Amino acid sequence: MSFSKVSRRGVMKTGAATGVALAAPTLFTGAVWADGHTGFTNAPGDSSVTLGFNVPQTGAYADEGADELRAYQLAVQHLNGEGDGGMLNTFSERNLDGTGILGRRVEFVTGDTQTNSDAARASARSMIERDGAIMITGGSSSGVAVAVQGLCQDAGVIFMAGLTHANDTTGKDRRANGFRHFFNTEMTGSALAPILEGLYGSDRRAYHLTADYNWGWSQERSIRTYTENLGWETVNSVLTPVGAGDFSSYLTPVANSGADVLILNHYGGDMVNSLTQAVQFGLRDMQANGKDFAVVVPLFSRLMAQGAGSAIANIHGSTNWHWSLPDEGSQAFTRSFGTAYGFPPSQAAHTCYVQTLLYADAVTRAGSFNPCAVVEALEGFEFDGLGNGPTLYRAEDHQCFKDVLVVRGKENPDNEYDLLEIVEVTARDQVTYAVDHPDFVEGQLGSCNPGA
Amino acid sequence: MLGLNAKDARLYIIVLVMLIFAPFFLNPFPETSGLAQFNAGYPDMMQRLVIFGLFAVGFNILFGLTGYLSFGHAAFLGVGSYAGVWMFKLLTMNVLPALIVSTIAAGLFSLLIGYISLRRSGIYFSILTLAFAQMCYSLAYSVLTPITGGETGLQLALDDPRIIGTQQTAEGNIPVPHLFGLPMNSNTTLDLGAWSFTFSVGYYFAAVIFALAFYFTIRLFRSPFGLMLRAVKSNQSRMSYTGLNARPYTLAAFVISGMFAGLAGGLMVSMDPLAGAERMLWTASGEVVLMTILGGVGTLIGPILGAGVITYLEAIVSTINSTILHEWFSGLPDGLENFMVNILYPFVGKGWHLTLGLVFMTVVIFLPGGIVEGGRRIYGLFSRKRRQSDATPPNAAAQPGPGE
Amino acid sequence: MESIILQLLNGLDKGSAYALIALGLTLIFGTLGVVNFAHGALFMMGAFIAVTLNMLFGISFEVEDPTRTDFLGNVMMVDTPYVVYWFGEGVGNWLIDWSVPISVVVAIPVMALIGIAMERGLIRFFYKRPHADQILVTFGLAIVLQEIIKAFYGANPIPTPAPEAFVGSFDVGQLLGFDPFAVMYPYWRLVYFFFAALIIGLVFAFLQFTTFGMVVRAGMADRETVGLLGIDIDKRFVTMFAIAAIVAGLAGVMYTPILSPNYHIGMDFLVLSFVVVVVGGMGSLPGAVAAGFLLGILQSFASMSWIIELIPGINQVVIYLVAIVILLTRPRGLMGRKGVMEE
Repeated sequence: MSFSKVSRRGVMKTGAATGVALAAPTLFTGAVWADGHTGFTNAPGDSSVTLGFNVPQTGAYADEGADELRAYQLAVQHLNGEGDGGMLNTFSERNLDGTGILGRRVEFVTGDTQTNSDAARASARSMIERDGAIMITGGSSSGVAVAVQGLCQDAGVIFMAGLTHANDTTGKDRRANGFRHFFNTEMTGSALAPILEGLYGSDRRAYHLTADYNWGWSQERSIRTYTENLGWETVNSVLTPVGAGDFSSYLTPVANSGADVLILNHYGGDMVNSLTQAVQFGLRDMQANGKDFAVVVPLFSRLMAQGAGSAIANIHGSTNWHWSLPDEGSQAFTRSFGTAYGFPPSQAAHTCYVQTLLYADAVTRAGSFNPCAVVEALEGFEFDGLGNGPTLYRAEDHQCFKDVLVVRGKENPDNEYDLLEIVEVTARDQVTYAVDHPDFVEGQLGSCNPGA
Repeated sequence: MLGLNAKDARLYIIVLVMLIFAPFFLNPFPETSGLAQFNAGYPDMMQRLVIFGLFAVGFNILFGLTGYLSFGHAAFLGVGSYAGVWMFKLLTMNVLPALIVSTIAAGLFSLLIGYISLRRSGIYFSILTLAFAQMCYSLAYSVLTPITGGETGLQLALDDPRIIGTQQTAEGNIPVPHLFGLPMNSNTTLDLGAWSFTFSVGYYFAAVIFALAFYFTIRLFRSPFGLMLRAVKSNQSRMSYTGLNARPYTLAAFVISGMFAGLAGGLMVSMDPLAGAERMLWTASGEVVLMTILGGVGTLIGPILGAGVITYLEAIVSTINSTILHEWFSGLPDGLENFMVNILYPFVGKGWHLTLGLVFMTVVIFLPGGIVEGGRRIYGLFSRKRRQSDATPPNAAAQPGPGE
Repeated sequence: MESIILQLLNGLDKGSAYALIALGLTLIFGTLGVVNFAHGALFMMGAFIAVTLNMLFGISFEVEDPTRTDFLGNVMMVDTPYVVYWFGEGVGNWLIDWSVPISVVVAIPVMALIGIAMERGLIRFFYKRPHADQILVTFGLAIVLQEIIKAFYGANPIPTPAPEAFVGSFDVGQLLGFDPFAVMYPYWRLVYFFFAALIIGLVFAFLQFTTFGMVVRAGMADRETVGLLGIDIDKRFVTMFAIAAIVAGLAGVMYTPILSPNYHIGMDFLVLSFVVVVVGGMGSLPGAVAAGFLLGILQSFASMSWIIELIPGINQVVIYLVAIVILLTRPRGLMGRKGVMEE
């Protein structure tokens, strides 16, 4: 019988000297991580390491969650040396050789976020406390990402965000233990604006419909800033309740408002419904101010496009990644995902897969699972070969800077997956913003927390 | 004992023992076995069991005694949570002020809503409470974001004032909620062979609060006031013929149960300092109704059992995935293994709602009085057999179960 | 003015859906005395009948097209729907195009069967049980039904378009003397409104002009007396339940082109339709219809941007606010009777 202060799974896994953990130093200085396999939450044992995949399995984003989970399982297989290795072969760092992470076999547990901050935190806590997960990743909404990121910071584990697009995740609410590979609304704005100017000119009047929650506001603010810089005028912006379903009463005023562009700051079911209904109300085929009326969906996703059916034709938006990208990394990932599951991966699947690999690589380079070591390894990390071109994990805000895709809905898609075509790959330099950008300046990373 | 009759005292002691030894018997399976998946003895789970138990016990004071079915009780839980987090942000990370303010805030809020809603009864009352709660949720999610944190939830920040106590830890992190320096998230682990048991400060703190609240509930059930509330349920018009006005009694019950909800909300944020708007959604209100009915309406122990079952199902069944299923049946021949996995898979993981729905239906169809009724029947079955063998005349009416 | 007409149309459209669901809900409550939380699920099942038919017509066999390749670089498989193969281009494509209206015909018997199965298999055991039990068991059933649908169709909305002929908008404004193109409204939404009006009319006519309807109405008013007269009201229950299921199902079928259905579309409507029923007065059919349209129209007007600017958040809470005001001023809703569901 022994008493100790670290979590019990960690104790079991470190094996013999359970009591020692109590006495082990918790403050590390310099690069001595390699020696430190104790003194942080859920230190893994010698044979295996557990990762926690926290994805929406029920609720509106269940399909995205399912795709994320497929990607995670693929990543785990590749890390453990099963399958064709996917992006391990194209990753610019060659540290991962299919022997797990630091020689430990990768195991995983799953949880259901229900796209609900409370449920997501509860399931993350259970993975940390019960299953001894050393890293939590996943999610398909910014609210959940921010909530779980805060939890991981307090608990002393690493959080690798899944699909989260609001600025706050790496802005106001950034945390030292949290990292985001996905892009954000600011990047969407700067990537989309030049394309919109090319398509529709600089004399346009825009009408915004915005989902009434953090992400929606973030998206609207970014797009407004950039389009107004182009010379566009914002006629009106109306907040719509999340999950409104029927958007008719928000769409009917658009036609007679004097606007000639409708910007739908919606995602998920809201985006499917508002876009389909906008097309039903004839907005896409309308003339206004002597110009063709245009509809823009700033954040596009293939899974959503499927739901909107033919309504997506010729609608422009931005996306983090698309399976039709020609580079080696994307091709390798699409091939192994397609072979395993029979259809191409979504952008959510891609970002989750990449985040897992990045974590594994960071641990390997640091030589330790200690969260502070991982943070140090990821901060300012430059890499390539994971599908978005050369990418930087910026140290100041833990945001990835990489190319952003501008896509358009195909008019006559060949099959149910081939719905978007890439219009432009906006270079990383163009979407990079200053650390003290006004939309991001409020946040503080704090310092890394190794827990226990 | 403590002013309780023998039966109540026995029940209270059972509950106390359950609370104290929960870390042991919620972890019945050794760590290494495949069944460890079913262990619930980790801090988050134990805390939720106690907190939702508290919530359901409070709800039962209103619904079980007076028969007024509130469909908006989650709003009080939410108000309590927000009040608690604001105390952490503004005043101190000590949980006591937060709990006190949570309870008071929820009490005042329920006084307002109760005063209006109790002007109607039956389903009209239910819809009024539902409407208030849905309004709270919608506004908290959107317009009131500066106060509630919106979709993300209200969370702590490094630059919160926290005028008493530390604003940031020495390492530059947000301090954790504590009771006079004793952090809520600290645990001690006891390893016994293949078993390991976690004792969490947060859990035991919540358990003490729960024990006090449950004692209060028993006393309330047995008090003249409790009797009056039952009178409201059984026949309100007859009560009014006797010259008694039911409204003040029901309002008092409404406020008390609202304060219980607020206290539960305060405890929730003491364990995990984030308050999300979803906890005010109508489904959350519906959940506490289900907990109470599932356990046994109007009984003392029922709501606790109902809360336990639903919380457990949600947390445990939803984390079982196909890999784990394959592990369980790895001993079987391949074909049979896949067969078993395919049969079970729709009910676990992402399909846990299906299991939940089936459990509701089964319990309601076959056990109208909830789990307590089930326990009573089993008890009745055994005691009848025993009596028959003792050659005493069989007593058709089963022994009253614990709590009633 | 144009915007007011448009919002009125929107309100009538939303109101049609609310009224149809609330009508069935209150029919079941008024005759059977059952609070049916699975009623939203019936709406959802109706919607998925349309989805299923659309998918069935779309079932295809694959032919290799050597000139094209798929995303993995293999030879592309091109789909040809069986209905096109069997009936030829014209009829086959017409079937696929018109799958939603055809679903209406299919949905009537299917929803009736579902309703009968639900009543005989489950609900009839709950007539004498407390409302709380009814709520719980039907809520459980609703969860089970929607999880089954999710298991088959996934969680994302599934596009189910209206026939080509109904795509586009009708110039309502010109009928009323406005400028051309000032008040445009999609054909399908107009169809939905008239369809709802027709169904509501049929249900009322059925109750008003048939002997069966008379007995049912008598049963709604005073069940005990009808029973004392030797009429077995229970036998009529199953029919009423089937009718309510059909009404909810048809509301769902016709709604699919307006809102791509997903598995929890029923839950989304459930709470609202309960509010509608209660505002109208429990057990009152005209009340349910009136409240449905009233709340739909109010919701539409509350979404106008100058109103939102005036009172932020009003578009999110207007229905509940109205419900509270009505219930406080009219204790039993708009047209409720005394003593119903007040205990």
